[in-house]
Amino acid sequence: MTNLRLLDGRALELGAEGFAEHVRRLGPLPDAGPSLIDVVAASGLTGRGGADFPVGYKWRSIAAVSGGSAVVLVNGAEGEPRSLKDRLLMTARPHLILDGAFLAASAVGAKQVVLYIGEEHHSARQSMKRALAERPEHERRLVRIVAAPARYVAGTSSAAVHLVNAGVATPTSNPPTPHERGVDGAPTLVQNVETLAHVALLARTRQLPGTLLVTMAGGVQRPGVLEVERETTIGEAVAMAGGATEPSQAVLIGGYFGSWIEISKALTLFIDPQALRAYGLSLGCGVIGMLPASRCAVCEVAGIMRYLAGESSAQCGPCFFGLRALADACSRISEQGTNSSDLLRMRRWAAEAPGRGGCHHPDGAVMFLQSALQTFGDEFAQHPPHLRRSA
Amino acid sequence: MNDTLLWYTTRGAGAVTLVLLSASVVLGILSALRVQSATWPRFLTTGLHRNLSLMTLVFLGLHIVTAVVDPFTHLGWLTAVVPFSSYYRTFWLGLGTIAFELLLAVVATSLARGFIGHGTWRVVHWLAYAAWPIGVLHGLGTGTDAFSVWFFPLTVICVGAVLTALGYRLIAGSRDPLAAPRADFEAAVQQKEA
Amino acid sequence: MKQRLAVDRIRCDGHGMCAELLPELIRLDDWGYPIIASGPIPDHLLPLAKRAVDQCPVLALALRRVSEAA
Repeated sequence: MTNLRLLDGRALELGAEGFAEHVRRLGPLPDAGPSLIDVVAASGLTGRGGADFPVGYKWRSIAAVSGGSAVVLVNGAEGEPRSLKDRLLMTARPHLILDGAFLAASAVGAKQVVLYIGEEHHSARQSMKRALAERPEHERRLVRIVAAPARYVAGTSSAAVHLVNAGVATPTSNPPTPHERGVDGAPTLVQNVETLAHVALLARTRQLPGTLLVTMAGGVQRPGVLEVERETTIGEAVAMAGGATEPSQAVLIGGYFGSWIEISKALTLFIDPQALRAYGLSLGCGVIGMLPASRCAVCEVAGIMRYLAGESSAQCGPCFFGLRALADACSRISEQGTNSSDLLRMRRWAAEAPGRGGCHHPDGAVMFLQSALQTFGDEFAQHPPHLRRSA
Repeated sequence: MNDTLLWYTTRGAGAVTLVLLSASVVLGILSALRVQSATWPRFLTTGLHRNLSLMTLVFLGLHIVTAVVDPFTHLGWLTAVVPFSSYYRTFWLGLGTIAFELLLAVVATSLARGFIGHGTWRVVHWLAYAAWPIGVLHGLGTGTDAFSVWFFPLTVICVGAVLTALGYRLIAGSRDPLAAPRADFEAAVQQKEA
Repeated sequence: MKQRLAVDRIRCDGHGMCAELLPELIRLDDWGYPIIASGPIPDHLLPLAKRAVDQCPVLALALRRVSEAA
């Protein structure tokens, strides 16, 4: 088989691809086992949930301590507000995801699969439920479906595991990590749905699809999910989404934990996560947002910081109070104009917050803000007061 | 040996135990209230709380030993550990035994806090709120001079101090600034039916 | 064997006792939560560090061997 794409097959408007159709198109689920781990490691596949972590390495460390008792947690929480790719994949290609999950379970020695699906992603959950019902019994009985609360940090690995174990989706302290002690105390492999879809194709063709899913957002004519080759540039992806609605000033790559890049530098960047890493950037959860030149960058950043501050689980002081202080300072600059004391304090708080939370929420938010201060340095230094916040 | 000396020591040590225990409870409450100033750091409050608690046990030990050893009282060693097993003022003395054992549990778990973890330690430590009033009642019910000119006012002062501190504690609520937002967030991310 | 300080950020309630006992290595941020100097603890401060660990009201502070992962 040549390189397959994740969204090959039934047209998306026609809904989920059923089991029979899936098997007809791709063949049955390949036999797997621990040998699949080497294939995954050799492919260089990295996670598509946001952290971009080498998948083979993850599987290897879980398999090493599994002893047959591991758990695979399929992460379909998609808490990132602008991201749509996971939902789309669950709705349209549920069997790719289930294939990936069962392959992973076989490879690492897991006897439980948990489908962790965002509570507000109704068609996605319906689709996964129906797809599960079509699977053979020996697969079905391994699986349970759990609803992920619709909050940002609920998609974090430790929060997902905490919800399954204790009924509340707050991040937990490590040690131990979910990989060491997760669901029911067993080593738990938490993997994004898109990553598992890649595995489903990799196991059949011995090569990765060569494409990725991204969500185009903000000032493009046709916002939404695109499947693009790794060598696609951001400029090409924008063109595929119908082009910009108006001249843009910057691009946010990687969603709310991502980085801002000036438009001139952004358009020529390749979407390939490895290529972005060389620039100190990350594709993250795959959201690519275009900021029109007519919008006020400072106000946009302030709005996102307020959101991120509000999504703190309030378990750690440095995160809850630190992000709130940073968001308040951004809002003051946005509404009342630049003032040097806020800028100074923001630098101090931004330097103090990272690494002092129980999860990576403050780190991601501060990285977002630092990239904003770098890309929009002039705007922050010379911002006039706005009487009204822009949306 | 002078029996009267043993008897005075028992009563005296009992009174000192009451004062030390009450002071310790007050300091424990002040610690929970996170009371501090520029000249009074928190480790002073907690350090005093610990030291006074240990001293309480010392005087309590003296109180118990002199009471049992005293031939006049006809108390056996059993009465020190089995509540309500004495002939003399069975109920009120039994309260003392209970208070003693509760305090032992509180202090023992505090010394072993690193091994048993914070959660278990905290639950057992709440027993201190039971040990203190039981001890006070024991003092009023057992002592021949419970309502004497010196012991009764002493008891009133100790009770007043603890009740005042308790009052502050109940009014103040949680001193953890994250208590409310954490609870709100937890409520928002509770598991619902899939 | 070199040791370093580690704090369980979720358990920490900002009591600040650690900063009182070990100001050489721990200071408090604007909201009373500890900022801990990284790296191994100097030998002469080890007894104080142990005391700070012991006295944390919620047992959030711990000593870890330097070679252990964060």
